[in-house]
Amino acid sequence: MTHPSLWSATAMIAAVVLCSTAGEVLTAAAMKSVGDLDEIRAHSGIKGAIRAVLTCPLFFAGVSFLALAFFSLLLALNHLNLSLVAPASASLTLVTNAIAGKIFLKENVDRRRWTAAVLVCIGVYFLAH
Amino acid sequence: MAHERLLPRQYMILALVAVCAPLGDTCLSRGMTSLPAIVLAHPGTLIAAVFTPWIAVGIALLIGFFASYLTALSWADLTFVLPATAFGNMIVEVLARFWLHETISWQRWLGVVLITVGVGFVAQGPSLTEHSKVIPDHGRPIEEEIPQ
Repeated sequence: MTHPSLWSATAMIAAVVLCSTAGEVLTAAAMKSVGDLDEIRAHSGIKGAIRAVLTCPLFFAGVSFLALAFFSLLLALNHLNLSLVAPASASLTLVTNAIAGKIFLKENVDRRRWTAAVLVCIGVYFLAH
Repeated sequence: MAHERLLPRQYMILALVAVCAPLGDTCLSRGMTSLPAIVLAHPGTLIAAVFTPWIAVGIALLIGFFASYLTALSWADLTFVLPATAFGNMIVEVLARFWLHETISWQRWLGVVLITVGVGFVAQGPSLTEHSKVIPDHGRPIEEEIPQ
């Protein structure tokens, strides 16, 4: 295994986190724009529900970013230790999702979640050492 | 929901949620570290990596995780399922230490514990947060919980 510099390690983990966040926010926005799948299924059947999801451009944008996140994860695992990449990318995605959820999806992120985000950030700081 | 008594099959699903993701990530790591260093100038090598045995097993396990995660969410609150995924961080460290023989400092263990506590802390709260709603007659906002 190669030993990349701090900057390239940070860039690889940041790529995983940002692509995951973009993918999850776009997928969440797509599912909100599609509406309640149970209602659609009751009205138009399972094919109607699948059609409703597959005809939503936001859904494909989200899936594309999630695919990019997966390949970024593979690249990161090619150069960095699993014990750093897995917890750091998963937990930082939690933090960026909270921020993106508040900004883009207008979700109400309460104090408890911000406290958790701070704990996660301190945890990632220790992970990197 | 979470406060109801779980069936043995449901405990099995939660165990799969906790185990499949870290095991899948470990297989991905095992596969990727056995490959030569990949540079972004040759992105095709990343796509070719998907068809190597360890990566394929990792992907299968991650699909298994996703299926069990969605199944768990169909009968349990997100806040009930989330700690199972957070516990996966600890399993990843154990697998990295004893299977991949990675050196893990005490700071890294501390970091993982803090992250797990942080996610567990979120899990203690509501899965949907409250939104304020204005009553037209009085103009005063009231707190109303979104139905799940």
